[in-house]
Amino acid sequence: MISDWRFIAFFVVLAPLFPALPIGINLLLGPRKPNYIKQQIYECGVETVGDTWVQFKVQYYIYALIFVIFDIEAVFLFPIAAAYGQVGLFAVIEIALFIIILTAALAYAWGRGVLEWV
Amino acid sequence: MIEQIIFIVISLFTLMMGWIVVSNNNLFHAALALMASFLGVAGLYVMLDAGFLAMAQLLVYIGAISILIIFAIMLTRRMMQTEESPFNSQPGLAGITAVSVFAVIAFIFWQMREFWPLGAGEGAMPPADKSIILGSVAKLGEYFVSPDAFVLPFEVASVMLLAALIGSIWVAWPKTEDES
Amino acid sequence: MSFSFLEFLKSLVELTTGTYLRQVWGAKPWVDPTLDAIGVILVATFGLLIVLVLIWLERKVIARFQDRIGPNRVGGKYGLLQPVADALKLLTKEIITPSGADKWAYNLAPFLIVITALMMWAVMPFAPGVVGVDLNVGLFYVLAISSVSVVTVLLAGWGSNNKYALLGAFRAVAQMVSYEVPMILSLLIPIILARSMSSVDIVKAQTVPFAIVVPISALIFFISSLAEMGRTPFDLLEAESEIVAGFHIEYSGMKFAMFMLAEYISALFMSGLFTTVFLGGYRFFGLEMIKTASGFALGNLIGLIAFFVKMFVVFVVLVWIRGTLPRFRIDQMMDFNWKFLVPLSLALILVAALVDKALPVGVNDWTRAGVHLVSNVVVGAVTLEILRRNGRKQRTAHEEVRENADIETAAAH
Repeated sequence: MISDWRFIAFFVVLAPLFPALPIGINLLLGPRKPNYIKQQIYECGVETVGDTWVQFKVQYYIYALIFVIFDIEAVFLFPIAAAYGQVGLFAVIEIALFIIILTAALAYAWGRGVLEWV
Repeated sequence: MIEQIIFIVISLFTLMMGWIVVSNNNLFHAALALMASFLGVAGLYVMLDAGFLAMAQLLVYIGAISILIIFAIMLTRRMMQTEESPFNSQPGLAGITAVSVFAVIAFIFWQMREFWPLGAGEGAMPPADKSIILGSVAKLGEYFVSPDAFVLPFEVASVMLLAALIGSIWVAWPKTEDES
Repeated sequence: MSFSFLEFLKSLVELTTGTYLRQVWGAKPWVDPTLDAIGVILVATFGLLIVLVLIWLERKVIARFQDRIGPNRVGGKYGLLQPVADALKLLTKEIITPSGADKWAYNLAPFLIVITALMMWAVMPFAPGVVGVDLNVGLFYVLAISSVSVVTVLLAGWGSNNKYALLGAFRAVAQMVSYEVPMILSLLIPIILARSMSSVDIVKAQTVPFAIVVPISALIFFISSLAEMGRTPFDLLEAESEIVAGFHIEYSGMKFAMFMLAEYISALFMSGLFTTVFLGGYRFFGLEMIKTASGFALGNLIGLIAFFVKMFVVFVVLVWIRGTLPRFRIDQMMDFNWKFLVPLSLALILVAALVDKALPVGVNDWTRAGVHLVSNVVVGAVTLEILRRNGRKQRTAHEEVRENADIETAAAH
């Protein structure tokens, strides 16, 4: 492993201490008297009705899906952008093709009315 | 030495999380464990000097695919808290699959035996130069658009993504009247 | 080399303490890990403590926008100790875990959100040579970590066993993943210009700040980072009047404070990132490179100050926007992203890639910047014109419908 990532590794190990410290102090200083009423979950002035984990609509899923597509696109484009000094003019055409194909995906989703929030 | 220990620890963590994914009854917890397992894999990539791949793993698998999975869980809420055992009754078939996958991997490793003793000992491959490792991302980008290298897979990837999106919208989105 | 306190102080001002200590300690195996650990603690402590300043600043500035005075009791005339008092108050509050909460998810979320917010600072170049670590995939690292923080929101929302929290979390995640797309795409253009993903290289490449070279991309990045942080006008995930604070509603005491903390840390981080990528980072008309005759690198300190001034100006702009703009509706917000920002940033990438390759090799920085600027603004203007026409068409259609409806009502009478 090259040394660049050692810093990040240290960060992963040490960073949990920073939220742990205030929360720990809070646990020491704060009162701890849980009771039934206090722990009830909140819902607009009344007790919560039914199950919390309700079914969500398909919209969220589709947005996440389009996001995945564009995320992967970015993963492909980032190294090319970083190597942009070394690539030829031909690369522009390839990038253009790549982006246009994915724009077609966006256009399809748009045309099907998937992007309307209802 | 220390690096090898860390590598083994991360590998064990990844495997353990993988075990939780398949054995937990709570789908949400299984999804969380899946993310932790992805995180472990990203750690392994970092250990292997593939920083870009590790970050791509975080970005795509934890940031996107896992979210997609959780959204999918929310769509199928009846499956969320099941009392049934998550195990099916096909241990034989699963065993054969596992053994054959393992055999393939072992075979590949055996084929690569001349590269085995990495870093130390006689006749070992020396560790790669730091500048090569740091330049590998730009090299990857160059190869993506180079006609001699990966330009075809690169373009095919975009077509595949297009197909995936159209396909899943076709399946998931309620059809309009003239289509059905 | 032996340790001298004076030299140590000098290196502190010069911001080269790491190099100095490495010289003093020599090449021993424990030196680099120790320095890394100190670096981590410094960066993380900075991230945590700066929040006290930010909270005070935001409250004071927003108060001025609303014609109030703001905090003015605790800690003198300017209420300087107000954030400290708030923190102390939160420290003595009870941590309440709602009944039926998913313990794992509920307790993990406040930790993870702070960790991810702090970890992003690792690649931020504060001054010449002052950076946690100059990763070759710097910006990609930032994006990766910030995408992990999206998961945290989901954890908090799910773990709380509360409908509002879950609804808020889902809204937040839908918004964050949507706006991550234009953010990622608009970050590609500086990378094309600088030919590197490393944050330090990007700062070094900015002879002309990229905000001048590609202003439209800078604007897109700014807008989408606002949404990514969930700040006004994109604060639907909090929307006090609709879903009462969203995903962290069931948290109390320090666990709640962790979410506020992470929010402010990432708000400042995004200001810092905008500064680094588009405003030239620590660069200040070459002053950041000066050295005195005796070889004292005064420039580093100037660079640090320049970076902080720029970063805080961007942060105050964030507060300014909060004081000015009302909240978007969720459908408007999604439309704005998918039907405007994403197509526009795709077009901008294409144009920037083309222009950059079409220019002859070896053309000077200012000409390159000028050509990019013109092409960037032209694409922006064309898009706005298309939008304007489209908007007019929609308005006319809408008015026709209303007129027809009026006629029908009149006829019915």
